[in-house]
Order: sequence, then structure tokens, then C-alpha cells
Amino acid sequence: MTLAWILFYLPIVTSAVNQLVLRRNPVVPYVATAASALCFLISLVLLGREGEVGFNWATIGDLNIRIALKLDQLSTGMMVIVTGVGLLVHVFSLAYMREDKAVNRYFSGLGLFMFSMTGIVLSANFIMMFIFWELVGLSSYLLISHWYHKNSAADAAKKAFLCNRLGDFSFMIGVLLLWGITGHLTFEGLREWADGGGVAAAPAGVLGAAVLCIFGGAMGKSAQVPLHVWLPDAMEGPTPASALIHAATMVAAGVYMLFRLQLSIGSDAFDNFAGTTIAWIGGITALLAALMATQQDDIKRILAYSTLSQLGYMIMAVGLLAGEAGMFHLYTHAWFKALLFLGAGAVIFACHHQQNIWKMGGLCGRMPITSATFAAGTAALVAIPYVTSGFYSKEEILAAAYSGSTALFAIAVVVAFLTAFYMTRAFVVAFLGKSRSDDASHAREVKPVMWVPLAILAVLSLISAFLTGPLNAYRPHEASLIIVAASVVSLALGLAAGFFLYRGKNKDPLNIPAFRERLYFDGIYDNVIVRYFQDATAAIVHFLDEFLINGLLAGGAARASQGFGNLFRRLHGGSLQAYSFAFGLGVLLVIYFTVFF
Amino acid sequence: MASLNDYLLVSGLLFAIGLAGVVIRRNIIIVFMCLELMLSAANLSLIAFSRFNTLEGLPDYNGQMLVFMVIAVAAAEVAVGLAIIVALYRSRQTIHTDELTTLKG
Amino acid sequence: MPQYLFWFFATIMLIGGLAVVSFKNPVASAISVVTCFLGLAGLFIGLSAFFVGIIQILVYAGAVMVLFLFIIMLLDIRAEKARNLSWLATAGGVGLVAFFTIQLVGVLGEPLPNQQAPPLDPETMAAAAENFREDTRIAQSLGEGGLPDVHLIGHKLFTEYNLPLQILGVLLLVATVGVVVLSKRQPERES
Repeated sequence: MTLAWILFYLPIVTSAVNQLVLRRNPVVPYVATAASALCFLISLVLLGREGEVGFNWATIGDLNIRIALKLDQLSTGMMVIVTGVGLLVHVFSLAYMREDKAVNRYFSGLGLFMFSMTGIVLSANFIMMFIFWELVGLSSYLLISHWYHKNSAADAAKKAFLCNRLGDFSFMIGVLLLWGITGHLTFEGLREWADGGGVAAAPAGVLGAAVLCIFGGAMGKSAQVPLHVWLPDAMEGPTPASALIHAATMVAAGVYMLFRLQLSIGSDAFDNFAGTTIAWIGGITALLAALMATQQDDIKRILAYSTLSQLGYMIMAVGLLAGEAGMFHLYTHAWFKALLFLGAGAVIFACHHQQNIWKMGGLCGRMPITSATFAAGTAALVAIPYVTSGFYSKEEILAAAYSGSTALFAIAVVVAFLTAFYMTRAFVVAFLGKSRSDDASHAREVKPVMWVPLAILAVLSLISAFLTGPLNAYRPHEASLIIVAASVVSLALGLAAGFFLYRGKNKDPLNIPAFRERLYFDGIYDNVIVRYFQDATAAIVHFLDEFLINGLLAGGAARASQGFGNLFRRLHGGSLQAYSFAFGLGVLLVIYFTVFF
Repeated sequence: MASLNDYLLVSGLLFAIGLAGVVIRRNIIIVFMCLELMLSAANLSLIAFSRFNTLEGLPDYNGQMLVFMVIAVAAAEVAVGLAIIVALYRSRQTIHTDELTTLKG
Repeated sequence: MPQYLFWFFATIMLIGGLAVVSFKNPVASAISVVTCFLGLAGLFIGLSAFFVGIIQILVYAGAVMVLFLFIIMLLDIRAEKARNLSWLATAGGVGLVAFFTIQLVGVLGEPLPNQQAPPLDPETMAAAAENFREDTRIAQSLGEGGLPDVHLIGHKLFTEYNLPLQILGVLLLVATVGVVVLSKRQPERES
């Protein structure tokens, strides 16, 4: 188990050494990359181990909070994804961030993120998970605002942090509720409680509320409607960080945590209004995000919305009591979404930080390897039957939806169609046709240090579904024919629509303002919630500040002393007669009190 | 023969007159004179006590010693006080206490 | 001292004191102080304190009040013509005096012990002479039935009160130097 501790502490130690000791040393990126490679190796070694190790962190009465690492199928499998994608992102970043002035800060941030994510994945209780949940939010904030001198990046980081905080608050309430119901905070304790028939005995309404509140945390971290708005904006961060955090790992933490909860307290606890709500929120997120993705021009935003959409799939699967399907999709999705983001990063790098797909075009010939890997990722995302991993995992979710709810199945199929449509659109516009700007026409193939990770990820995104055995991932049953049929039909329709609508076009033939404006979510938030809440908060704060603190506490004290000062200042009239009178009166009073009293 | 109470009453009245002068008058020289009156009233009490409490048949000269000291110190005080008044008059051109209000807070 | 003499001197003293407070002209006030002190000196002598009575006249009525008059002349202070007493100060002063007088009457309302002065007749003087050496002037005077006031004070002053006397001398010296320093015209402060 020493290895587990090394795995846990190595990233933070490396990050601290990088940030505090090496500081501006050019060796920092390589140290960080080496550390992440070591983490990946340790993850592979730990694969399939079972056990728990930890120490007491805080003891409050009978409550004992431990910092404990829990190794089981779920956590070790997840660690391989986290460290594997992390390693490839580190390698890719070596080239991508080479020109950046703050490259060392970037790698320290990545290290902090790896530490936090390891903490979430390996934690054996909800308190520790919550701590690292917050740390992940912090490191995400640091990485989004890496280019903090850009207003948009600083705002996006703030937005991400605030949205996450909302979810985290709900998460905390949920954990406390669950603690109140069960008396346990550890996953092991919760499982024992559930095995002992606790779910049936617990009040269903409260339990459902607790599950929903915990789901609120997942809603923030995994960016479900209505807290999804931060994820597209988070694309202001460096693209490799987006690939690691906002595509493959951190946003999947919500799904991971829900599945962990489902494993602990059993599916029965989800089999009520809580599960239905979760499934519907997931489905709605998948649908809305897919719709918004169809009209975006920024390649990273397209991918961000597709991430949202796929996360919606996973959440829906968890809500439909098919957590295994959700985790399986998380596992395949991590590889091909990281691939797509890194591919987009390579394209953006080659096109001198041009992100608009309408200014690209014709990249296929100039960047053959990148284009091929991007095509592989797209194929996995749109689920080309039988040859890509995305197909298998998506089938599972469709199967779960089919057996759970017809309406959700319909939504899932529509989303599959939309996914095929917008990914085809992005690929056709960005990579086919002819170049539509100088940036694109001067693009050249990226260096091996960048395309090797892409190639590895491309291979993985095609075959990862068959590696579930060695990688110890979840792999549910095979899908039925009707689901495959629905999937294939929607895929074919989407591919065809995307290809024929966008081939050879120089501008978007479709113009749907509602989708382009992201269904007005941001506008509504900005104009209604943010403004009124800001005003209300400002009013409250102003009241507290002005009346309570300034008026009563600080001002009161000041005014009291001032008043007394003024009172006594009156006595200091500067008149000698008044002084002598006061003096004489004082002496006479002393006489009075000593002689007559 | 006048009794001790008579002397003390007279001495107290003189002290009261001095006190009233200090509080009422605004001319600082008059205030100063009234201070001297109060000192003298105290002296009268001391001498009376000295005479009415004989020590081995003689008046208690310790009281008269005190009066002697008071008179000497008062003389020094008058000299210094008047010098201060002169300096004050030089710098302020006034000796009226209601115009000397630099102590005003 | 006969009762009528006591009241005579006491009246002179109190009227002089009242005049000090009442006169508007500082010179008149100073003369009133002298009058007051003359009455006071009479009382002192009536109390057999001859030496103190004499120096009351010499030092106070003589030196100190002359100093006052010099200063009044030096500063060229005229009577306060336009300057009326403020009613507030007057009320305060009168109230204070009333308060003090009430207390005074309260204290003196019941007679203190030793109401009558012990006699200083030749017998007691001769008895007191026992405490002094035979051949001294004090013993001689006391034996003759007189009260050698100045000698007794001198004896006391130079035996028991020697150190205070010397400190007093230093104080007077310091006061002299201080007066010289204070009276020196200050050099114009450079601005």
C-alpha cells in the first residue's frame, strides 16, 4: 500500500517543489511530466488491487474522520484513466506550452490538479472526497485563469468557481443529510448500512433528498443544466488543460462520485424520484448541449458542448440505475474526448491560435496525422458501429434508456443524431475543403511530441472498449438489436446531414440564433440572476456594512468616544474661572464627603 | 477673650471671600491677590490652633513654623507669579482670564 | 486680647477682603489687601504671635503688596470700566461661597475643645523655663515672666527646622533666578 501513498502524494510534492524550489528553472516541465509518468506506472501496478489504508485526520467526539485511500475496481480503474490522460496531456503540453512565459506555473497547476483528482478518486469517505472536490475546483480555477491578464479568462475562471461552489454547497448538505440518515460517512460504512436493509427502513423522501443534494455537487462539477454554463467558458484556459480537466477527468468526477454513491448505498436508494430527476436532468443536458453545439463556430466550444452532452448521457445512465453503463462511457469518453481536445489544440497551435472553424479548412492535407487522429476521435464520439469504443459504451446507455423510459430513449437517439451532425460539421468545415484564411493555409504538421500522444489516444479511442478486461473497467452486457438499429440510423442520418449540408460551404448555411446564443442561458443568468442577486447581495452587504458595522459597531464605538470627548471638551472651555470653580467645587465636595457624609 | 470658634469662623470667612474673588474676578492680578487672602486665612487658623494648644505652657511653635514657611513660600510664589503675569502681558497684551483661552479643547 | 479688639481687627480684615473683591480699580484692591493684612496682623499679635504678626506686615503688607503695585503700574492697568462681571461667574462664586459657609457653620456649630486660650501668665512661663538651659536668654526671659517669642522661634528654626529652613533658602534663590529669567525680554523669535 506504500505505492498508493506514493501515488497520492507524488503530484503535490512535485508541484510544491516545482513552484517553491525550482521556480523559474526550465527543468520544471520535465520534472512534472516524469512525475506524472511515474504516477501512471503506479496506477498500472495498483490495477485490480483491493484494500484500504489511511490515518485519522480529525476526531470530534465519536466522529472519526480519516484520510484514507480506498483501492477497488472502481478507483483503480479510474486512476488509470486520470493518470493516463494526465501523462499524455503533460507530454503534449511540453510542446504546446513551450512558448508560454508562465509555463512553470501551468505545470504546477497540473500537478495540483492531479493531486486533487487522485484524492477524489481514492478517497474512502465523503469528507475527504469533499475536501478534494474543493481542491479540484481550485486547481480548475487556477488553470482556467492561466492567462489571467485576459479579462475573458479571468471571468471564465470566476464563473467556473462560482458555479462549482453552488454545486459544492449542495454536495455538502447532501453529505450531511446522508450522515444524519445513516450515521456513516465512509463508503464501507454506507455499504454495510445498505446491506443491513437500511435503505428500506430509511424515510424515502429524506433519502431521496440527500441523494439529490449530493447530485447537486455532481451537477456543478459535471456541468449539468442549469449549472452547465461554466464549462464552455472554461475553454479560455490552455487547451491541454481543457483536455485533461474539462473533458476527461474533472467533469467526470461528478459521474464517478454518483456511481460511487450508487455502489455504496445500492441502486435501490436511487429507485425513486431522485433517480428519475437525475436521469431527466442528464437527458435534458444531453439534448440542450447537443442543440447548442450545432451552431458554435469555435472548435473548442463545439467540443465543450459535446462534452456536456456526453456527460448528460452518463448522468442519465446513473439516474436510470445503470451506473456501470455510465462508468463505461466515462472510460471510453475520457480517451476520445482527450484526443479530440488535444487534436483541437494541435490545430489551434498550427493555425496560430485561430479557433474559429470557418477560418480553417483544408487541414487534412497539411496536417495528415492530426487530421487522422481527429477523425478517429470523431468516429469514436459519433459511435461508428463495431470499430470504435464509443459505439459500445453508447449502446449501453441507449439500452439503459430503452429499458428505463421511452421518452429518455427518444432523447438519447436524437442526441446521437445531433452528435453525428455537429461533429461531422466540425470535421468537414475545419479539415476538408480549402483553406479560408492565411492562418490555415500556413498550417504545418505538429512535432512528434505533440502527435505521438494523439496517436496513442487515437488507438485507445478505437480499441479501449476491448481493453476493459486488462484495464479492469466496467463492461456491462451486450446491447439488443433494436438499439443498434436506432443508433445506426441516427448516426447515418447525422453523418449524411452534416456532410451534405456543410461540404464546400464558406459560411454556415443554417442560422438558428437560439442555439448560437446558447439558448440564452448566459443572458438570462447575467441579466436576471446575477444582476438581481448581485443587487440584493450588495444591498444586504451594504446594510450590514453601513448600519451594523459602520453604524453600530465601529461607528457606534467611534461616536460614543466622540460624544464623550465632546462632552468633556465642553468642560475645557479655556476659562480659568470655570476651572477654578470646578476645582473649588471639587474640594468642597471632598470636604463634604469626608466631614459630613 | 475670643474663643477658638471665633477665630476659625473669621478665618473661614476670609477664605470664603478669597474663594469668591478667585471665581468671580477676571483680572488676573486681583485673582492673585485673592489667592494671597486665602493663604493668609489658612495662616490665621494655624496661629489660632498654635495659641489654643499650648505645649508645656508655651504656644505650639510648630504651627508658627508652618506659618513662617507659608509666608516665605508665598513671597517666592508672588515674585514668580508676577513675573509670569508680566511675561503673559508682554505676549498677549491682556491680563483678563476670559481672553486667555488657549487651553480651550 | 479683649473681645472688642478681636472684633475690631476681624472687621477690618473682613471689610478689607470684601473690598479687594469689590473694587474695580486694581490699585484700590491692592490697598484693600494691605488693610486686610493689617487687620490680620492685629489678630496675630492678639494671639501672642508677635513675630508672625510683624513679618505679616513687613513681608506681606510691605514687600509683597508693593511688588503688586509696581506690577500694576508697570502694566499700566486701569479700572475695568466696560467690563461687567459675568452673572454666571458671580452666581458660581456666590454659590460656592454659600456652600463653603454652610459647611463652615456645620463644622463650627458645635464648639471645639480648648475654647479658652490657656493663660500665658508669669507662673506658666516660669514653669516652662524649666525646659531650657539656665543661662540662655530664653530661660531668663521666661523666668522673668515674659514670652521671648522671637527667641523661641529662632531656637526652633535653627534646631528642629534647620533643614527646611535651608531648603527654603534655596527655594527663594531659585525663585529669584526664575524671576530674572522670566522678566528678561524674550528675543524676537525668528519666523
